[in-house]
Amino acid sequence: MKKILILLSFLALCLTIIPAFFVFYGAASWNTHSTIMFAGMVIWFATAPFWLGKKKNG
Amino acid sequence: MSAPEKNSVTERLDALYEFDREPVTQDKLQGAGSFIGMYAGEHVAGTEFVIGPLFVAHGVAAIDLFLGLLVGNILAVLSWAFLCAPIAVRTRLTLYWLLRKITGPYLTFVYSIVNALMFCFLAGAMISVSATAIGLPFHMPMPQLTDLYPTSVSWVVIVLVIGALFTSLAILGFEKLAHFAAVCSPWMFLVFVAAAVAVLPTLGCNSFGDFWRVANEKIWTGVPLAGQSKFTFWHVMFFAWFCNMAMHIGMSDLSVLRYAKKWQYGFASAFGMFLGHYTAWIASGILCAAALGSVAPGPIAYLGAGVAGVVCVVLAGWTTANPTLYRAGLALQVATPNWKRWKVTLAAGMVTTTAALFPALVMRLLDFVALYGLLLMPMGAVIFADYWILPKLGLKRNYAELAGLLFSWPAAAAWGISLLVVFMLPIEIFFKGLPGWFISVFLYTVLSLLIQKKSSVIPASEA
Repeated sequence: MKKILILLSFLALCLTIIPAFFVFYGAASWNTHSTIMFAGMVIWFATAPFWLGKKKNG
Repeated sequence: MSAPEKNSVTERLDALYEFDREPVTQDKLQGAGSFIGMYAGEHVAGTEFVIGPLFVAHGVAAIDLFLGLLVGNILAVLSWAFLCAPIAVRTRLTLYWLLRKITGPYLTFVYSIVNALMFCFLAGAMISVSATAIGLPFHMPMPQLTDLYPTSVSWVVIVLVIGALFTSLAILGFEKLAHFAAVCSPWMFLVFVAAAVAVLPTLGCNSFGDFWRVANEKIWTGVPLAGQSKFTFWHVMFFAWFCNMAMHIGMSDLSVLRYAKKWQYGFASAFGMFLGHYTAWIASGILCAAALGSVAPGPIAYLGAGVAGVVCVVLAGWTTANPTLYRAGLALQVATPNWKRWKVTLAAGMVTTTAALFPALVMRLLDFVALYGLLLMPMGAVIFADYWILPKLGLKRNYAELAGLLFSWPAAAAWGISLLVVFMLPIEIFFKGLPGWFISVFLYTVLSLLIQKKSSVIPASEA
């Protein structure tokens, strides 16, 4: 289960960063980029809290 | 000044920090990965949305920005690695307990209060940052670079609501929020980068080969906005070096690095510097230029990343403000006898929210951050001199503890006089830290020499 969550989180980060480069090269519109970023954000916060940063410095 | 009996300030302070009174034990030490994660997370924060645009507003030239940030951040990393970390791994004490041994509880009390007030103002700036994002859907007029006072009723209402919300969450708990902040960091960093990349075409940059030309002509043009002073390479370099002066040269991060297995883990700060204070500052500067010089974080983040950008600004403000509010409450608790923690945090939240009403706090963030580091830095210089220089002169470390002093005059004089001198120097605030450190070290060493040689409390040969 943890591996699936990590995989989904990684996907979310890809959805956050990659569309911006499509906009940069003129291959996607700004609206598409912001919509995909939004989806990436939802997936990130639905998955990352369950495996990331559980351990903390004292 | 000495007194054998306990006093209420000392007792309250000690009780507050009781849980980390002893040096860290070997089994609690942590690997390099913990420090890389912590520094990377801590330095991609709400302030990054403001600092990058302020460099643009101050007319930094592109070459000055890139080189200034490079040199300044390297110096900051070296300060963590060579000044703070070696003392941290040798003493394995928090800043509070080490200061208490060197300066006595009274001076540590004064330091705690100054620190708490600075924390309140920093958290206030983060509330203002979040307000610029929350205000977007309400068509709130954004504060401008020259605004000092509240600009509209909607600004006041939104700041008060956010202040109340952040304060309530800080009262409810810290651990879960600290975990949530760690979760936000990688995503927030990518939002910074993505937003900047997405707006580059609007500045006329359609390939990476164009970037340097656009950077010079459209972003870091070397021409300050109206009413702003001109920043040079030296401003950028010293700001990048000293914006965390309280943490490295000021030794606040002793409390963190005392968990490091080796002093070399101080170099982990490079991850925070080059992700947050290099990449994120450049990214937010690009966003500012694309927004035609607007420095309000909410609108510029929306311009680059849409709703995700707005959420990023709110979370960046929140995750920075909350631990800051918590630490302010902790430090203020010593001055509020018998108050519950929630009540102290509430008081800190009220101070913070009041401060946040004034846009000047955000619009003059560079000056505030420089002042914050400068005010606390002399005590780091005192720790440095006490640990490395005093034993070489045949003097004792931790003299206040050894002699049972409540107040160390050499440390107090080094703190007060060095600040007085640097504030009188006719140079900008960004440059005052360096002479201030040497003055503090010199004063503390000389005054310790006079006091310890004269004192009959402890024989000077007992090193």
